[in-house]
Amino acid sequence: MSLAGEVRLVAGKDLRIEARSRVTLAQVLPFGGIVLLLFAFALDPDRGRLAAVAPGLFWVAVLLAALLAIGRSFAIEQQNGARDGLRLSGIDGAAVFLGKTIAVAAQLLLLEVVLGLGVAVLYGVDVTSVVVLVVAGVAATAGLAATGTLFGVLAAGLRTRETLLPLLLLPVITPVMLGATRAFESGLGGEPAEAWPWIALLGAFAVLYVSVGVLAFGPLWEDS
Amino acid sequence: MSQGSRDHDVREARLLGPRVSTGIGWGALVALFLLGLFGLWGAPPDEVQGDAQRLMYVHVPTAWLAYLAFFVTAIASALYLWPRTRARVWDRLAGVSAELGVIFTGLTLVLGSIWGRAVWGVWWAWDARLVTTAVLFFLYLGYLALRRTSEDPSVGAKRNAIAALIAFIDVPIVHFSVEWWRTLHQQATVFNPRLSAEISGVMAWTLWLSVLAFTLLYVFLLDRRYRLAALEDDLDDRELDRAIAARVADAQPAGMASS
Repeated sequence: MSLAGEVRLVAGKDLRIEARSRVTLAQVLPFGGIVLLLFAFALDPDRGRLAAVAPGLFWVAVLLAALLAIGRSFAIEQQNGARDGLRLSGIDGAAVFLGKTIAVAAQLLLLEVVLGLGVAVLYGVDVTSVVVLVVAGVAATAGLAATGTLFGVLAAGLRTRETLLPLLLLPVITPVMLGATRAFESGLGGEPAEAWPWIALLGAFAVLYVSVGVLAFGPLWEDS
Repeated sequence: MSQGSRDHDVREARLLGPRVSTGIGWGALVALFLLGLFGLWGAPPDEVQGDAQRLMYVHVPTAWLAYLAFFVTAIASALYLWPRTRARVWDRLAGVSAELGVIFTGLTLVLGSIWGRAVWGVWWAWDARLVTTAVLFFLYLGYLALRRTSEDPSVGAKRNAIAALIAFIDVPIVHFSVEWWRTLHQQATVFNPRLSAEISGVMAWTLWLSVLAFTLLYVFLLDRRYRLAALEDDLDDRELDRAIAARVADAQPAGMASS
């Protein structure tokens, strides 16, 4: 089977499990929503503070929810010997990486759309450029999903994976947090032209970590 | 499992010979003593910063060591991943060097913070170098946490090596993005790299001495920590051997246990 076919197979499998179990939809998404409310409790909503820091809060909420989605992506392989089954299927490690990354990215994009609407409604922000928001969101999501899948397999199978994954992942994705927040500041009430260097950074980050993942996922996957 | 089948021998599990190691230890001690003399009395106080500037003689070498240690971790991890040079020594070296790196990164942050308080009046500034160093600290704390979880050394070693390399390639991106962020959004911070404009004479020599002293200290600590790690591994192996032998003896009828 071609690489693209294998990728589609893995991504389809993960998304089908999600469509049937609805864990992202029923647990991760509400979690992101309550985080948005918590920010409003922490920062008094009446003083216009929320709108000013909305881009940062949005991405913090996405990162926290992403940690859950990534953990879930490998938790589904723990049950019923699914991991061994997938390894024995002969599907290339790179294809498993790309497939899982795409599945995680698809869930994160959905999450971002809903949380983005939540931010727009709850925090009262002005949108100056939808294009910037969409492009920055997609580039950041690609980087986030790739690094998340890479560290997900790194921590998979370890007894302390739930606590280890955030510690490993969050420092590595500081550039995504920075770039996505700055780009969103430009797209939400700022000057849209200022976003493009940050989007380029997000894109470069995504390309780099997709490449690292394609190279490194195989050996990690064999051993996990 | 016999004693000879083990992939390492405790007597061999050293980076340096015992005499070389002790020699470097003494060298580090003498250099640190001289550094104390020169740093506190020999070098003149800074024109602008006064005595607070003397923190440079510990802050700069700890920062240098942090980077050196993480560089050694990255090289050792790459050597472990390369099939021709794969050996347990590289895995262990990567781990002990990262431990020293985290300690010295922590020291750099603390000493820098004290210096900042004395000179800029604040404990912390959102300067690119400070933020990058803080991220570096957490990046390698995560790596050390990952190392601690390894159950099977041969499986864990490969995973650890890959994690170390990912952390290493992330450092320049973090640095670049943070620097960009700070320069775009904030013109002049309290931080000014040219605060002590010219370093010359005794001050420069003292700074070089500090780098030498701390580098010797690093090599000495690396060797000793490596030895300790090797002995710990050996102890684990021996305990496992003993437990297996005890089980085998239990299972066999009396009189055959010694075979």
